[in-house]
Amino acid sequence: MSSDKKFKLDGKDIPFHDGDTIMDAVLRAGEYIPHLCHNPEFKPNGSCRVCVVDVDGRHMSACTLPAAKNMEVDNSSEVILDQRRSLLQMLFVEGNHICPACEKSGACQLQAVAYYTRMLSPHFTHFFPRRSIDASHPDIIFYFNRCILCGLCERASRDVDGKNVFSISGRGINSKLVFNSPTGKLGDSALSATDKAVSVCPVGAILPKHKGYEDPIGERLYDTKPISVVGDVAANHSANDSSRNGD
Amino acid sequence: MNDLETTITGLLSDTGNSSDRLLQYLCTIQEIYSHIPEEVVELLAEKLHIPPVQIYGLVDFYSFLHREARGDYDILFSDNITDRMLGNQALINSLCNKLGVKRGEPRPDNRVTVDVTSCTGICDQGPAMLVNGRVVSRLDEERIQAIADLVEAGTSLANWPESFFVVEDNIQRRDILLSDLIFDGSAIENLLKNGSDAILEVLELSGLRGRGGAGFMTANKWRFCRDTEADEHYVVCNADEGEPGTFKDRVLLKSYADNLFEGMTLCAGVIGAKKGLLYLRGEYRYLVEALEETLQKRRDNKLLGENILGHEGFDFDIEIHLGAGAYICGEESALIESLEGKRGIPRVRPPFPVTNGYLEKPTVVNNVETFFAAAKISVLGADWFWSVGTEESYGTKLLSISGDCSRPGIYEFPFGVSINEILEACGADDVQAVQVAGAAGTTIPPQEFNRTIAFEDIATAGSFMIFSGQRKLIDMVQNFAHFFCHESCGLCTPCRVGGSLMKDLVEKVIAGHATRYDLNEMRNIGLVMKQTSHCGLGATAPNHVLDTLHKFPYIYEQQLAHAGFEPAFDLDAALGAAREITGRNDADAHIKDG
Repeated sequence: MSSDKKFKLDGKDIPFHDGDTIMDAVLRAGEYIPHLCHNPEFKPNGSCRVCVVDVDGRHMSACTLPAAKNMEVDNSSEVILDQRRSLLQMLFVEGNHICPACEKSGACQLQAVAYYTRMLSPHFTHFFPRRSIDASHPDIIFYFNRCILCGLCERASRDVDGKNVFSISGRGINSKLVFNSPTGKLGDSALSATDKAVSVCPVGAILPKHKGYEDPIGERLYDTKPISVVGDVAANHSANDSSRNGD
Repeated sequence: MNDLETTITGLLSDTGNSSDRLLQYLCTIQEIYSHIPEEVVELLAEKLHIPPVQIYGLVDFYSFLHREARGDYDILFSDNITDRMLGNQALINSLCNKLGVKRGEPRPDNRVTVDVTSCTGICDQGPAMLVNGRVVSRLDEERIQAIADLVEAGTSLANWPESFFVVEDNIQRRDILLSDLIFDGSAIENLLKNGSDAILEVLELSGLRGRGGAGFMTANKWRFCRDTEADEHYVVCNADEGEPGTFKDRVLLKSYADNLFEGMTLCAGVIGAKKGLLYLRGEYRYLVEALEETLQKRRDNKLLGENILGHEGFDFDIEIHLGAGAYICGEESALIESLEGKRGIPRVRPPFPVTNGYLEKPTVVNNVETFFAAAKISVLGADWFWSVGTEESYGTKLLSISGDCSRPGIYEFPFGVSINEILEACGADDVQAVQVAGAAGTTIPPQEFNRTIAFEDIATAGSFMIFSGQRKLIDMVQNFAHFFCHESCGLCTPCRVGGSLMKDLVEKVIAGHATRYDLNEMRNIGLVMKQTSHCGLGATAPNHVLDTLHKFPYIYEQQLAHAGFEPAFDLDAALGAAREITGRNDADAHIKDG
């Protein structure tokens, strides 16, 4: 007998378990709601707002709202898609996201979600902030230009690696990622290349050193299939790693 | 260095050495050293077993904490629109000139810093400033000259004229709440006699709704909290009165603290809390001493502490926690984060504080005015409360009235009072607009002055700012846009980035470069902020822009450029660097018509 715990996503029945958020249930059902700061392995913080959907007339983030029976969730109306594109455009103009010059291009979740939502241009006035690069770590390089403050590295370092290497500091538009080390440099932190925090970055902010452009254009994560089919960067990371190790 | 270590060790041992108190330690350290020295961060990190970045995270979040030393006199001008309307900009410039200091930078001899801060809650007696946490009200050129002289002479604040620091209650109208004010335990006695169910019943009957603006039923909140099983429950009073133009809590805290504490104790008795916390905005630090005295007096009278009024097992005490310059901490979950010694970032909700609040325990968070009203209702009964108000909004509301009127101050009106009646009472005519409920509220045009203050019409925590026909309303929009940009916590995209884009577009309007296209952009950004923000700050931040675009289109149209499109940057200004390098500044080195 099928459970009566269901809600509707764009008219389609989605079953859910107790304690599920809308996002949990939707992803389990093989459906897709675009998201950047969400990763099913970590407690959601609802910060990027890309997953905001219309739930019975109220706009709520799918990653934080507990699922409930008979909810009507709209993930595809023009209003929802428009505001989602605006949020992505805001993220694009806030940092310096020069896709053609970024190694992560083609395997970047920000770019993939932007393609998925048919964002054609950054639209808003660029902030062009002056941001630096931290190359002090022997194995990892950090590009502040590309950080979207999703907080995943912070959560992963704290909750999985037990190191608290990353944290978000400052306030408002001056919020920035900082490193927990005596000098403030990543190289003097406890981060190691195998840390979970390194692999959860959805964009090209945290990249490994000593290798570059290993996957040619055309063979990158989102080159042939959309993110709704391929899934998150972090979810593909472990799979890629194990296949490489097996080579 | 040894001195410093002694100070820190003393500070930690006095208060139990816990990272929950981190913000409180930092407030004290800021007061002693006028900044948070690096050595202190290292010491604290070591003693509290937390990473130094966590401490810097707080320093960089709260406006009143600094990495670099401020001047011996740290002067912060209140910069709400009402201060601006009273001429604070000229006074700031005047003081900077007299002291030879740049805004925001300490003078090289470290004598003084002159800077601005968000609304300090002295709008009825402004323009105002804070000097090392103390309020100087009613500033004018004469007072500025005197202050400059006192600073140059190095006169200690204790020896400044007392008249400088006078902040009057300024209550212009009283109704049922502000009359018959004797609370020496009668609410608590009532509770001990009749039990918590009886109190909840009276509160429910009275229909009391939260006075912070959201209007949740107080009886329900207390009951949910009481009925949530946990080893500890907490009572929290939100005295982070940060909404620009609000100052009624300042008066309640200064002159009626007994009534507030009575309400908190009543709540504690109902929900079974042993500990209460008063979260006091940093701008009201000057009230702490008197508040502590009142708390001590109540302990002496057995109204706080162990076995309250001799009732075995009824233990409850209240601790004051200071904020440090962050409007977002008025949001209840951000306030709780701040109480726990963290950055004031609003939590994901649900769960709500009634089940998972302070230290994840069930917590009642209420406004100062709500505790105050609850105490009175519990003694005087629901009928008393019903005697005024409307069917959906019983009782009265304290309004903080400022701006263009002859009698600014505190007005207690029954709910259902119209804007027209209020304007008449405070002596305002030729009114162009009223901003109700603060920067996050609603801009009301004259054709809507028959609307009323009530949960079913215009809900408000009490801010009421009046703008005469002589004012440029776009100045208000500019002031609020900067305010929200400065106060956004930065967690979510629409508030963090959208607020910044909005501020830039408002500046474009003011510079005379905006076009209709830009106005449409402002509308769209505003809607995205409203619909997608994580908390109420982001969702209400664009209200002033959306309201004025809709109801006061002329304030924008006067400023529009004629072209259909204007670039976001000034091309001629962008060539400034090239002119500097080439040493040319003749007419041909400029682009004509900007």
